[in-house]
Amino acid sequence: MSIDLKTIKHISKLARISVDEQRAEKLAGDLNSIFDFIEKLNELKTDNIEPLTSIAETTLKLRSDEVKSKNIREQIIKNSPQDNEDYFVVPKVIE
Amino acid sequence: MSDITKQSLTELVENIKNKKLSSTDVTKAFIDRSEKSEKLNAYITNDFTSALDKAKKFDQKPNFDLKLPGIPMAVKDLFCTKNIKTTAGSKILNNFIPTYESTVTENIWNEGAILLGKLNCDEFAMGSSNETSFFGNVQSPIDKNLVPGGSSGGSASAVAGQLTPITIGTDTGGSIRQPASFTGIVGLKPTYGSCSRYGIVAFASSLDQAGPMAQNVKDCALLHEVISSYDPKDSTSIDFKRNHYSKKLTNNIKGKKIGIPKEYRVDGMPKEIENLWQKGIQYIKDCGAETIDISLPNTSYALPTYYIVAPAEASSNLARYDGVKYGFRAKGENLIDMYEKTRSEGFGAEVQRRIMIGTYVLSSGYYDAYYLKAQKVRKLIKNDFDEAYKKVDAILTPSTPSSAFKIGEKTNDPVSMYLNDIFTVPVNLAGLPGISIPAGHDSKGYPLGLQIIGKAFDEQNILNIAYAMEEKINFKNKITDWWIK
Repeated sequence: MSIDLKTIKHISKLARISVDEQRAEKLAGDLNSIFDFIEKLNELKTDNIEPLTSIAETTLKLRSDEVKSKNIREQIIKNSPQDNEDYFVVPKVIE
Repeated sequence: MSDITKQSLTELVENIKNKKLSSTDVTKAFIDRSEKSEKLNAYITNDFTSALDKAKKFDQKPNFDLKLPGIPMAVKDLFCTKNIKTTAGSKILNNFIPTYESTVTENIWNEGAILLGKLNCDEFAMGSSNETSFFGNVQSPIDKNLVPGGSSGGSASAVAGQLTPITIGTDTGGSIRQPASFTGIVGLKPTYGSCSRYGIVAFASSLDQAGPMAQNVKDCALLHEVISSYDPKDSTSIDFKRNHYSKKLTNNIKGKKIGIPKEYRVDGMPKEIENLWQKGIQYIKDCGAETIDISLPNTSYALPTYYIVAPAEASSNLARYDGVKYGFRAKGENLIDMYEKTRSEGFGAEVQRRIMIGTYVLSSGYYDAYYLKAQKVRKLIKNDFDEAYKKVDAILTPSTPSSAFKIGEKTNDPVSMYLNDIFTVPVNLAGLPGISIPAGHDSKGYPLGLQIIGKAFDEQNILNIAYAMEEKINFKNKITDWWIK
């Protein structure tokens, strides 16, 4: 299998990471060598194996749905990159 | 007392309780040494001024019933600390000041410890050499040309270099045990679900665990009993009865059955590692325990499995860094452009690489071939351990396939870097506890570690085995203080 530049561009779009030509080529090389290594898994027959979805073999604990953190808007907003006391501010999305 | 920083945690606790030392004495000593140790680049952020204030306050009204009375401690910068910058070694969190505390660190402060500062690590804990940190690489107190290992490299360097008496790291694929092995200290990766993940910057949620890093096994046991707790804020935290691990610590391991897995004898492993392992087997026997040859047939598939599961979870976890809610934001022409530039400029090369792998294996058309396949192989790996534990109480392996390597030696070849974690990764995939203890030196004088892997929630047993072996090994770390002017 080979990951080409077109695939790298596609993944970078999905991952929302802009990648220029030079970086894309480096990434293609890296990913190809990593996937060569990952392909080893194809040696194993796993048709009848149940996938492991949770390492802890317990059922999730239930709790009552109560609000524990009240009035923490200030705390939540505090680290937002663009200062505003009421909202998260983003570039304009509606023309 | 100039030798304060040479004392173990257990000794310091004892001396503070007996009033031979005050918390201020101890805190000052570690601050002084940390200030002289800038070359190691172990800290990202220090909190020395307020640490000293806290120490003075402790001394005015000491509480000697606490487990860590007035003990200063630096922690890996992956743990959120309230009102103290928490970066995860990344530019994207360079300005992030949490408004809450991680459960694990809260447990530590509740027992009387005092925060010294935040320790350097690989960016988002992705790395095996502490060379991916936005804040520069960490140097090893063993030799200035060596990496301290990673991702908890700052933590390892700080404990081995005596900048902090003890610390906590996190371990997703070996990030506590590998740096512990490289720097001649003890590192425990607890059972998945033993320590809360609440407030730890997430890397791969089904693998991440916090754990102690210490100068010796007893210190490690003491800190583990402080940090391990059931926490409703982490849905994967397990509600089981925790031990007083340090009180119950015993070197009596007579009759224990220790498995020696043949698959860990990998191609190209240096003779020195094999010899160390054989020495370890002898120590086990000298302690009155029995060794049994076992097989973990799917071991060689663990690393490829890990490099699907961990990046997949990482790509999902790191989706939150979008420049909107917190952290770094790049300027963009529109919302999408802002996201893409923020993530391109905010994440370093290794993190981007892993997000790309993760995005690819989860993308439409590839999910079954990669992610589902990896989950199935993960099951096989876990089954291997379950099978082995029908015959043995614990498993002994080398911690790493080599001693510490040189700075820059593996940065251009991701796969050779990943191979470092070949002996530690299976433990995370199976959710088991594992401890690395220093067990000798190679011909260059660099430390080498042995790993003891336990059954789930059987930390006491591997701590006891480690404690018994430690006594026989009688390891002395060769710290020359090369970095102190």
